[in-house]
Order: sequence, then C-alpha cells, then structure tokens
Amino acid sequence: MKRDIFQAIADPTRRAILVLISANALTPNAIAEQFKTTRQAVSKHIKILNECELLDEKKMGREIYYQLKIEKMKEVDQWLEQFKKIWESRFSQLDQVLMNLKSKENES
Amino acid sequence: MKANLLMNFTVDKENNTVNIKREFDASLANVWSAWTEPEILDQWWAPAPFKSETTIMDFKEGGRRLYAMVGPDGEKRWSSFEYTSISPKTNFKHSSTFCDAEGNPNSAFGSSYWDLTFSEQGDLTVVDIAIKRESLEELEKIVAMGFKEGITATMQTLDKIFEKQK
Repeated sequence: MKRDIFQAIADPTRRAILVLISANALTPNAIAEQFKTTRQAVSKHIKILNECELLDEKKMGREIYYQLKIEKMKEVDQWLEQFKKIWESRFSQLDQVLMNLKSKENES
Repeated sequence: MKANLLMNFTVDKENNTVNIKREFDASLANVWSAWTEPEILDQWWAPAPFKSETTIMDFKEGGRRLYAMVGPDGEKRWSSFEYTSISPKTNFKHSSTFCDAEGNPNSAFGSSYWDLTFSEQGDLTVVDIAIKRESLEELEKIVAMGFKEGITATMQTLDKIFEKQK
C-alpha cells in the first residue's frame, strides 16, 4: 500500500525515528532501544515509514539496517513553499475583492 | 491595479512563527473590512477551489468566528477563532483552533496565535501577520495540513493557464 508522506510525519515517534536514521543506518532493535515503547510499536512505525518509501533497506548478514532516503525528505522541504502558495492565492483573491469594493464606492 | 504588490513570507523556526507581510492597493478602511466582515471574508479566505463558510462571527474582544473550509467534494474542515484584542483599523489578535461543526476543539492539534497589524503606506495598505504555534512540531503539522489545499489550488491555477493557451 502506498501511503502519504504526511501521514508519516504526523506522528512524533516517527519523526524521531526519521531524525535517528538520517545520521546512521540502524537495525530495528537499535531504533527500538531509543524509545520507551515496545519493540512491536516501533516495528509498526517502521512499517509505515517503509510504505511511505522513506526508508532505504540494507541487509548485512542476518540484520536489516534502515536509513533515511534523503531525496524523499526533500518533498517535506517543499511544505513551506506550499504554505506560501496558499497565502499567495488567498491574497490574489483578496486583491480582486478589494477592487470590487473600490468600484462599488466609485459608483455610489 | 499596481502590478507588483510586495509580499514577504518568512519562517522563524526558533519562535515557531510564520511571518507574512503583504501590500494591498486599497484603502485602509476597505482592507480592514475585508478581514473583519464575514460576508467579505468568505469571498477570499479559502484558496480556490475551496470555499470559506462562516457560520458564526462575533468580531469583538472575547467574541469568536466559527467557519468551515469546504473542499470541492463538499468535505468540511472546521476552525474556530477567538478574538483576544481589537484596535480598530490598526490591529487584531486571535487564536485559531481546528474543531468540529459545533466548535468543540480537536485535541490532536494545538492552537495557533495570530497577530495582524494594518497600516497605511502612501496609497497602499500593508498587512503584517504573525502566526505563532506552541512548538515547531505543531507548526510543521499545520503546514502539512495546508499542503493539500496548496496543491489543489496550484493545480487549478495551472488549469486556468492551460485553458487560456488553448
């Protein structure tokens, strides 16, 4: 199942996992050790992050290591750009409304 | 209309604040009305194709606004504002919280705190907006929520451009 990247980062534990694995490739056990939650809970978070295609998986011996896919996180950098765009479109609508108000004043 | 109206958009991550400044080619009185009267506010508040529907707006200190952003599929996302301070044609402040249709706050998100300053600069009116969240995580969440609206609005603008080129 393909998930939305914003679903991934909506959860504080998953954000913390992303920060952890941005520096080093870590095994699920090493990730779980960093949190007070159960190993199962951490596995579930990893599964979701994986479904969002945020993780690079590497097998070394019997262990799986996870690392952050940096290029995927660039989408997140575009958030603010998107937020700015909302305001831009709001303001261009407001410009139009203000022009209408002005022409009404001139009529009366 | 003046072609290049200045807009500044900055994010202050240390203070969890987004700062937006924009010039308008209109009188201070009209700009103030557009931000504070629900009939006018609903005409521009939601980026197309979303629509803003204000059901309650009591613009006074301690008063509130309850409104929905209505998506193209009819889905409604409710928010409520509570006005904490109003200096006519100069400044107003309010909190903003996601809620249900009855105005009960959604506990998954905290509130944001808005501070809007209006001033005349020659023939133009400048609006200075600061939107502060309790934490950087909260700020990121809100930006993520807005992402879909941004994409939809951008796509519609593109549609219009393509339409013209036909």
